[in-house]
Formats: sequence, structure tokens, C-alpha cells
Amino acid sequence: MPKWMPRMTDARLIPRDRSAHPVPRDPDYKTSVARSPNLPLLSMPSTLTEETGPVFGHGLIGALDNNLILNFSQGAAPAIGERILLHGRVMDENARPVPNTLVEIWQANAGGRYRHVKDTYFAPLDPNFGGCGRTLTDENGQYQFLTIRPGAYPWPNRGNDWRPMHVHYSIFGQGFGQRLITQCYFEGDPLIDRCPIVATIKDRSQIDRLVAPLDMARAKPMDFLAYKFDIVLRGRRQTMFENRPEGM
Amino acid sequence: MVQKLDTLTETPSQTAGPYVHIGCIPSFAGVEGVYPEDLGLRAVEQGAKGETITITGSVHDGTGWTLRDAMLESWQADAVGLYPGQDGADPKVNGFCRFAADKDSGEFTLQTIKPGAVPGPDGTWQAPHIALWIVARGINTGLQTRIYFEDEDNSADPLLARIEQRPRVETLIAKKTGDGQYRFDIRLQGDGETVFLDI
Ligand SMILES: [Fe+2]
Repeated sequence: MPKWMPRMTDARLIPRDRSAHPVPRDPDYKTSVARSPNLPLLSMPSTLTEETGPVFGHGLIGALDNNLILNFSQGAAPAIGERILLHGRVMDENARPVPNTLVEIWQANAGGRYRHVKDTYFAPLDPNFGGCGRTLTDENGQYQFLTIRPGAYPWPNRGNDWRPMHVHYSIFGQGFGQRLITQCYFEGDPLIDRCPIVATIKDRSQIDRLVAPLDMARAKPMDFLAYKFDIVLRGRRQTMFENRPEGM
Repeated sequence: MVQKLDTLTETPSQTAGPYVHIGCIPSFAGVEGVYPEDLGLRAVEQGAKGETITITGSVHDGTGWTLRDAMLESWQADAVGLYPGQDGADPKVNGFCRFAADKDSGEFTLQTIKPGAVPGPDGTWQAPHIALWIVARGINTGLQTRIYFEDEDNSADPLLARIEQRPRVETLIAKKTGDGQYRFDIRLQGDGETVFLDI
């Protein structure tokens, strides 16, 4: 047997297009100034280290994990706020669904306050809102959360900066190199265009990718509105013309 | 005009912000009772094969200040170099761990086993290493780096070989401070800046 066999590979991650992402340093987002590297990143094709990653089973997910309205009180009392279904699909750059991948979210309550020791904003905590949720995508890459729409909140940056309403997302994918954290904004929020964190993304069409449209087809009459937030993770390069050692 | 490609563009990153702990390690943030325990508490379970090690360190900004709000994730192979999910991998090795800088001191601790060498590109072998991913307020896209070990042979590692300025290799090498004890400090910017990866 020859040591090198041409084979259909489906492994190397597509190199990240950094122009689709925020700039690392933006003076209008002050904290980024001292926390961004001066020197270029070291680029290299992905290896087994980035192409593999943790896999989480359905046993991890509790019945209320994707219901932020009820999961903090464990079903005893609902959180206050505008009830929304936040749903969408996780795909890769090859437009293939990413099934069984963990999606975690966190957010402020309806008044714009986080349940965190570092959040000193005087909007009150909601005794029935924790602010975290998680779920696994199904075989088609679909996920959904029931939650309340988070409030906008002020933050110490320039003299009077406010975050638009947003939900933080953490997505795993199938390899550690696909790991992504981002934020979902809501259609029609005038604070999006005033936010220096949003503005770290210099490509307007990429900002639009983070704005979830109202989705009345998934809203439930007399119960909740719906917003749709699709996510695309790095894909894998598909080629028939690559020599790799056998068994890899 | 040309034909349209049917590929998609990756969703842009946004900073994890100061409250990342609520979503990823809620118990650490004081949000108790939603999940039975935080995800990724242990890189390995009791009985994992290999040398038990503890890596401590901290994350510093460009002024030298230690971050108190950073969250880190690690991913590694087992003692013989197999990743979880590969045939024959040690079932006691989770490979994945989440840990945060201490709210007061900024110190982080990773307790695990030392991984074995793993295959690299074109028949090469990568020296034992642990992949790290660092997120925090002010970091707009999570920073990737790696921990190597000073008591391993790193001379043929294909990633370390790509670092042009040889003194910078040291920024990826954990220093042995005792039996099974290592120190790994991360400098986001400036003097001794850690090599971050685009991989
Ligand atoms: Fe936030």
C-alpha cells in the first residue's frame, strides 16, 4: 500500500476571512485599545487540533434549558418582559446544516440589567430571570429559545453610550476552530447604528447579518412574537485533490 | 456579472463582553440553579491516563494590567495523542475545559493531564500542546493560542517552526515551576506579546 493516497477529504477548515469580522482595535470601543494584539496573527492551515472539538449529548440539556422565561424559577413563575421566540439555523460556509451543536445564550432582563456581580446599573433584577439558556441544534441545524426581549442598557465607554437590545450567542460547531461568540440584535432598534461595539464591524452587510428580523410566521397569537437569527460557522474545504497520510 | 457562488460568509464575531460568565459558567457568575453544574468544569475525569498537571497563569493587557474578567477554553488530546471521538481515545479525557480568571487576582488554573504528540500536516508530528481560546470584554474576536511545554521536545513542531522571530516561541511554552506544575502567562499586547493564531 502506498503511504500517500489521494482521497476525498473534508477536513481542513476554510481560513477565516478577517474582513468579515470586527477590527480587533477600535478607539471608539475603548476597552479594545489595550486588549488587542499589536503583532499579526500567525496563519497556518488547520490541524487535527482545530478540526476536532467537544461533542455534547442530549443528556446535558434539561427540559427548561432553552426557556429563559421559566428556567431560573424552574417553572415556578415567569420572567417579566416581552415574550419572544428566538429561533434560527446553524449552517457552515458550505451552506450545510450543523446538527447537534451546542448553542448558549445570555442576556440582560427586560430592564437592561444582568444578573452578575459586576452589573451595577440601577434597573432592578427580576427575581424570576437568570439570563442564560442553552440547546442543541436538531438534525437540520435548527434551534429555538423562548425568552423575553432584553432591554437596552447604558455602559461606561464614551460619555453616553447605550447598548442596543441584544442577546449574546456562543456556538461550538464540530471543531474547536469553528468556535464563535457573537451578538444578536433586533430589527428596527435605533441604537444599533449608534453602538461602538456594533461599529467594530466595518462591513455594513456583515452588521446586517447580526440583526434578527421579526418573523410573524413563527409568532404565536396571544402568546409570543418571534425573531429569526441564523448563524454561519466556518466550513471545511472540500477537494478531491489533496494528498494526506492514510488513516487521517 | 459572473455566476453566484453558493457559499456563505461566516457570521461576524462580537465581543463576549463583561458578562460572558452568565452564559458560559453561570454558577461562577452567581446564577445558580439553572444547570446542575457549569459546562467544562473538568478537562479529565478521575482515572485518566497520563501525567497529571496543573497550569496556572494570567492574562495581561497592553499596560501590564491583569484581566479579571477573561474566560478561557482549552482543547487537547489524551496522553497518547488521541482526541476525544477518535477511535481508542481515553474515555476519561473530556479534552475540553472552561475556566475563568479569578475575580480578584486574575489567576486562572487548568488541571488536566499532559497530552501526547498529535499528527500535523504532511506527515509531521505536533509536539504536545493544548489549544486555548480567550474571550473577554474588549476582545472582538476570540483569541486562539496554544500551550506547549518546556520539558518536551518542541524542535520539530510545525507551528512553532513558522514563528519567524525565534524569541517569540517562548510565549507559547509553559514553564515548569514544580512537579507537575507549569506557569503560562498570556500578554495580549506589547512587550512579550503572546503569539496568537489564525488557524
Ligand atoms: Fe450584553
